[in-house]
Amino acid sequence: MPNNLKLLLSWALVAVPLTWGVYHTVLNASKLFS
Amino acid sequence: MSLSFLDRQSTVADATFNRWLVPPAALCIHLCIGEVYAFSVFNLPLTKLIGIAKPAPGDWTLADVGWIFSVAILFLGLASAVTGSWLDRAGPRKAMVAAALFFGGGFIVASFGISLHNLPLVFLGYGVLGGCGLGIGYISPVRTLMSWFPDRPGMATGMAIMGFGGGAMIASPLSVLLMHHFASATDLGVAPAFVTLGLGYMVFMLLGATIVRVPAPGWRPAGYVPAAAARLISDKDVTVSTAVRTPQFFLLWAVLFLNVTAGIGVLSQASPMIQEMFKGQVTPLAAAGFVGLLSLFNMGGRFLWASTSDFIGRKNTYFVFFLLGLVLYASVPSIAHLGSIGGFVICYGIILSMYGGGFATIPAYLKDLFGTAYVGAIHGRLLTAWSAAGVLGPVLVDYIRQYQIGHGVAKADAYSVTMYIMAGLLLLGAICNALVGPVSSHFHHHAAAAAE
Repeated sequence: MPNNLKLLLSWALVAVPLTWGVYHTVLNASKLFS
Repeated sequence: MSLSFLDRQSTVADATFNRWLVPPAALCIHLCIGEVYAFSVFNLPLTKLIGIAKPAPGDWTLADVGWIFSVAILFLGLASAVTGSWLDRAGPRKAMVAAALFFGGGFIVASFGISLHNLPLVFLGYGVLGGCGLGIGYISPVRTLMSWFPDRPGMATGMAIMGFGGGAMIASPLSVLLMHHFASATDLGVAPAFVTLGLGYMVFMLLGATIVRVPAPGWRPAGYVPAAAARLISDKDVTVSTAVRTPQFFLLWAVLFLNVTAGIGVLSQASPMIQEMFKGQVTPLAAAGFVGLLSLFNMGGRFLWASTSDFIGRKNTYFVFFLLGLVLYASVPSIAHLGSIGGFVICYGIILSMYGGGFATIPAYLKDLFGTAYVGAIHGRLLTAWSAAGVLGPVLVDYIRQYQIGHGVAKADAYSVTMYIMAGLLLLGAICNALVGPVSSHFHHHAAAAAE
């Protein structure tokens, strides 16, 4: 597998769940200001 | 597949390997083990396993359940202290696989404890086995990243340890979703949620173990020239058995312990604290938002402060944590009296960013003082400070609050004394940090002498 593809897949593997978690946390945090 | 795949030798990278593949490998571990900070989402369901709608006779109490987290943090410290030297020798892949088996397996054993309503089995599963997985999984990726990024060790450790903060953000909504999915009229779905999480974490952590590599001996990033040794940056190694006898180790132990105690006590009480200090102005829903916001600052601070320490130095970074933290803690009661929720939130956001930053900066501080060769094991020993603070911090805040309320202080004012005590702890931390000096040369490990 080319190095760049490996790099992309590896970062996507961790970025997708982290983004999902951060999105839910921001959603939760926004309740403080509502 | 032979077991030699796990050996350190099998993980040595070839010349074409891109070092930016290692941070995702480290994050695969830390995003999973960071789940421990979200364990409180299980607290209430675990107290209603028999009664379902509300606690029934025979159900576990909140106090019983609260010990699961404490046991896990205790074993995190113990496991990292005991296995630190082995981790340095065994290499990151073996360590990550062991961490995956312990952490994922711990969830599965705990799920049996939940199904059988056997609390000691939950302690054994999540607390002891899971805690060992936490300890083993925490150090190894951090140490590996430092060897790949000698030019930016703070940023490297910040990336991994940021994942630990991010893990809670994933685990919290994911656990709630899973419990909802498996819930029925007669079951809250906690045990199947544990099994799913355990298997999922195991697979994710094993993926990280397959990606990870160590640099070949003598490898350096292109164009990197090691900086000349400075007063607080040594190019000499100190063995773990020697390091733990140096004054610097005890001072850094105290620095981490005091920084964590000050932060963790607030984290554990964040929701009731904002509701009681701004009575009638902050709803439980908004308080949950406050907790979410603090975890964002906690995560962001891990990366930002650790990266900043590469430029301003570790000692100066900790001075910022302690002195700015002191000012902020001392200001909180006045800000609360003024009724400024915005000011209160900003103060605590910065405090929590420095709490996270303290975790992320300490490995690079250790590397600066004790060299790279044994830093994993030394870091492992130092994490006992986290265990001690994890138990003491919440107890301290809770005890002081109860004492105040018991002596007639209004709930809204009961936190003021706590804040001043936290400011005092940070002052002590600043003094310990000021006393950190270079490690005396007679502690340095001389490879030739050792070989003779």
